[in-house]
Formats: sequence, C-alpha cells, structure tokens
Amino acid sequence: MRFLLVEDNLELAEAVVKRLGLDGHAVDHADTLAMADDCLAAADYDLILLDVMLPDGDGREFLARKRATLETPVIVLTARSQVSDRVGALDQGADDYITKPFDFTELEARCRAVLRRRGGSARNDFKLGDAVFDPNAGTIVQAGQTIDLRNREIRLLEVFARYPGQILSKSQLLDRLFTHDAEVTENAIEVYVGRLRKKLDTVGVRIETVRGLGYRICA
Amino acid sequence: MTQTLSIGRRLTLLLAAIAALLALLSWGMVSSFSGQAAARTQDNVLAASVATIAETLRSEQGMVRLELPYSAFAMLGAIGEDRVFYRVSVAGETLTGYDDLRGRHTPESPGVVLFDTLDYRGETVRMASVSRVVLAGLESVPVTVSVAQTRNGIAAVTAGLSRTAAFLSVALFLLAAALSAIAARASLRPLNEIAQSVSRRGPSDLRPIRRPAPSELAPLITSLNRLMDRLGQSIRRSEDFITEAAHRVRTPLATVRAQAEIALHTVTGEEEKKSLRRVIRAVDESSRSASQLLDHATVAFRAEDLERKELDMSDLTKAVVKSLSPTAEMKDITFALDDAPALIRGDAILLQTALRNVLDNAIKYSPPDTTVRIHVQPVGNTVQVEVCDQGKGLGLGPVGHLTERFRRGDNVEGVVGSGLGLTIADEVMRAHDGSLALRNLVERGTGTCVLLVLPLA
Repeated sequence: MRFLLVEDNLELAEAVVKRLGLDGHAVDHADTLAMADDCLAAADYDLILLDVMLPDGDGREFLARKRATLETPVIVLTARSQVSDRVGALDQGADDYITKPFDFTELEARCRAVLRRRGGSARNDFKLGDAVFDPNAGTIVQAGQTIDLRNREIRLLEVFARYPGQILSKSQLLDRLFTHDAEVTENAIEVYVGRLRKKLDTVGVRIETVRGLGYRICA
Repeated sequence: MTQTLSIGRRLTLLLAAIAALLALLSWGMVSSFSGQAAARTQDNVLAASVATIAETLRSEQGMVRLELPYSAFAMLGAIGEDRVFYRVSVAGETLTGYDDLRGRHTPESPGVVLFDTLDYRGETVRMASVSRVVLAGLESVPVTVSVAQTRNGIAAVTAGLSRTAAFLSVALFLLAAALSAIAARASLRPLNEIAQSVSRRGPSDLRPIRRPAPSELAPLITSLNRLMDRLGQSIRRSEDFITEAAHRVRTPLATVRAQAEIALHTVTGEEEKKSLRRVIRAVDESSRSASQLLDHATVAFRAEDLERKELDMSDLTKAVVKSLSPTAEMKDITFALDDAPALIRGDAILLQTALRNVLDNAIKYSPPDTTVRIHVQPVGNTVQVEVCDQGKGLGLGPVGHLTERFRRGDNVEGVVGSGLGLTIADEVMRAHDGSLALRNLVERGTGTCVLLVLPLA
C-alpha cells in the first residue's frame, strides 16, 4: 500500500515510515499541510495518515477543506478522540481515527477496516500459486472458489506472502501479530500456523516448518 | 444566593401604601366636610327659628308679649329627635322658657344672630340668639331670644356620612391595590421574559442575549453577555488546554513506542526483545492512564452542567462498536450487537466515553476468539445496555468496589490497565441518573456482565 503520512514530529514520522516499510508499504512523509498538498497533487495514495496539530494549521480543517475533492480514505492521528463537540465535530470528514501512541498492528487493522469499507484496493492482492489472496477482503480465491480467513489468519498469511521463500522466526511473527498488552507465548503462533495450514490445504500453498528457525511459505 | 424581597412585591406594597394613605386622606376630608355641612344646616334652622320667634314679639300695654309660634319648633324637628330649649328674656329677665339657658355672650347689635356651643344639662347644645328692641310703652326694651338644640341628630348624620365615606375609601383602596399588583407584574414582564429565555438555553449555549429590552435592563444584559463571553472563552481555553496537553504528552510517547517496535524487529537477542516489550508495555500503560485521566477530567467537566439531548442509545452503541471493531478484530473477538431503538436524554460525548471504557474492558479481559455480547433494549421505563464477555470473570473478591478509582479486580495479572475505566462509566451513569452494575456469569461458564441502566426519555 502507498501511504501519505502528515506528521510534524520527525522522530515519530521516521519511525512510522520505517515500521510500515518493514511490512512492505511505501510511505511518503509530509511535515506540513503545504507539503501534504504538494504530495497529493503528485501521487495517488491508498490511505492518508493525518496528524491533527501541525505547524501550519489544524489537520481537521485541512481535511474539511479537501474532503470535497479527495477520494482517498483518511485516518486521523489524534492525541485524544474527543473533548467536546467543538473539538470532535470536524472528525466527521475522517474515515477513522487512532489515538497516539498507537500499536502498528492496530493501525494496520484500522487501515484494513477502512479499505474494506471503501471497497478495497485491488493492487494489494497477492498471487499464491494459482490462487489470489486479498488481505483487505480476507479471502483467497482459486478457480471461482472462495475461502474466508479470520483476522489473525489474514495477518499471518499477509506476512508470509510479503516475504515468499524467506524464513520467519516465531518471535518475528509474534511481534507482527499481537499487540504488546497481552502476554502471548510462541505457542499461539503454532496454533495459528496450524489453522492456516488447514485452510490452505485445498489451495496448494504450504507453510513449511524449518526446524529451530521458524516457518517459510512455499507456493 | 440570599433572596431579598422581590421587586414585584416591593412595588406592589409601595403602591398599595400610597393608595392607603390617599384613601385615609379622602375619608378624613369627606367626614370633615360632611360634619361642617350638617352643622351649617343646624345653624341655619336655628337662625330661622329665633328669627320667627323674634318676629312675634310685640308690646301690649307697656309689656312685652310673646306668642310662641308652633312653626318655630316644628322646623327644628326636621333635623332629628333632638331636644329643644328656648329662653326669651327682656332686659335680662326671663320672660318665658328655660331660665338657666344662658349664653356666654349676649348679642350686642340687634338683628344679628349669634351662635354658640355650650354644655347644657349634661349635653352639648348649639344655641342661636338674637336680640331685638321692642317699644314697651315709652321705653325701648332689649329682648333676647335664644333657641338651643342638642347635637345628636347631626352627630348621627355626620357618622353615617363618615361611614359611607370610609366604605368607599376601603373599596377604592382595594381597587388601587389590585391595580398596583397588575402594574408591578406588567412592568416586570421584560425581566421575566429575559430570565426565561436564558434558562431555556442549553448549558453550552453561550451566545449573547439579543432580545429587545427596556433601557433599565440594558446594563444588566450587557454585563451578562460579557460574562458569558468570558465563560465561553475560558471553556474554549480549557478544552484547548486539554487537547494541547494530550498532544504534548502523547506524541513523544508515540515516538518512543514506534521506535521501540522497530528495534524489536531488528534486534535478535531474547533479553533485548524482552526489555523492549517491557518498554512498549510501560508506554501503553502510561498512555492508557493518561487517556483515562483525561476522560475522567472530561466527565467531571461536562457532568457539572449536563447536556440533555434526545439520543438513541442503540445508535451511540453502534458507533462505539464500529470504532472499536478493528481493536477487537486483532484478538479475533467478535462483537454481537443486539439492539432495539432506545431513546434517552443525555450527553453523547459522555455516554460514548462510558461505552468505550466498558467495551475496552471487555476486549482487554476477553481471551482471543471469543464473542462480546451487547444488548441494548428499553425495559420498562429504563434503557438497559448489557455488555457480557467470555473472560475469566471478576474473580472471587467483592464486586461492588470495582467502580472505585484506581481499583482493579484481584485477577487482572498481565493485563495493562489503570483501574479508571469502570469509575468513568459509573460516573457518567450517575450524572445521567442511571446506574452501573457488575456480575459474574456463572450459568454460562465464565465471563463478566456490565449492566448500564439509564432512564428512558
């Protein structure tokens, strides 16, 4: 996916760009609303992550101004959801908001939810053998047959699909799949890999166990 | 606020007092005039009487003779049942009548009627005297005719007139008092209208008053408008302050968290990963506490003067469920919402904050792959929102104190939380005259139910 991140805090922006990059997303960063304008004029984005307080204005006002012509879904990054009607009212132009500090797993879940509501975006599909995996819809389609996946299975398969043939350790998968507020052990990964294997059986995609190292997907 | 006597009552009393004074004055004047008129009438009749008697004086063989005419006394009878006394004296000697009826003065010039009021035989009498010179033989002798009458009749007439005057004065006073009450109310009407238009406003409506008002009220309205303007500014400032403070605290936290997550992906040592996870958990914990403290402040701030708009609890719940769905999805938790239209009156922001905290708790304490059931329905004259999870329940400890500040259940190990979530929800319910109840689900295995009850609109 291609993101536009509008955020004036450079450290945070750098971390977000890097972290989303790890998941294979391309992120452009604008630190002012003026620069965001330029970026929007130059490229198409799947999603905009918009901070509320920016040096050259209020993100929500920018959104309210742009909304008429802007098709791209917007997730507002806010320090606080709502203090009063006055502060919250302009959020109506946004598709969703996420409260800082946010969990990247949650940010991705919200992006996916927004894209699903907006009807998805075809270019995020993955080819797995003769099957097509659409992470936004949560489906694998092969020869007209559709398999539905649950959230965590989608997420797991997405990670595998992004790194075909590469070995991913249980610990790496754990950090991508779970938020950090729940104590989960690596056993949970085994459980989800087990479920995913069962669903992928008919598709002809295998998830191999590499003893002592982790897992790898083979299409 | 100490209340002094109302302006309306003060005005009414003042006007009524003035009316009473005027009524008393008019009564006094009418009584005195009527008394004088009655006295003058008696004087006129007495004068006529003495004149008639004096007319009949004649001299016969050198002696003064008198024939008392009946009409002289009959005319006196017209006034009332008063007793009449008379005396005719010739050169100081009583010719006929009451010898002891003597005035203090004798009329000096003949033909002039002299009036006097004196005590005679225990009664007050009015006496008229006239003197006349009669030729008796060759001498001219002065003859004095006096007629006196008691004053009971005119006293009765005066008293009667005075009573009538008093009655009219009282009637006039009552009419004036009623009119002053109406006048007071009418002149206070603009004040009441302004007071009503202000009290009809919602708590957040701080627009200036633009009603036409009498010039006396203009300074009051101007200062009221100024006060509202200042209040509005101060509210906006505190809202801005909360937003700004949240931004300043949470943006660095977000930076730390994001950097820690990146580090977590790049380091390989188990020990380092463990510490980074601890960092992230600590950031989560402090950001959660910060947001709940802000929620708590918002609740306290808004509950002071609660907005009571008509709202559908099922719409509010749907919106909160939608916004929390991605969070729930990450744990493969499904929200099962079963709702019916349920109208209540309240503050949408506060109610959403309460619901968000309750649902957030449910997600937090639910194991993955479970369902959180939400029921919104009107029951009797209340609206009930029940949120049931399939977590481990509230533990065996007492359940009632869990809504206290910073209090957490005794089986929460391993879950990040501040202990403010239920306190916030409970405070919002109380502000809306509702309640929050907790119970362990025993009949369906484990789980917790939070029941929010609000009065139906």
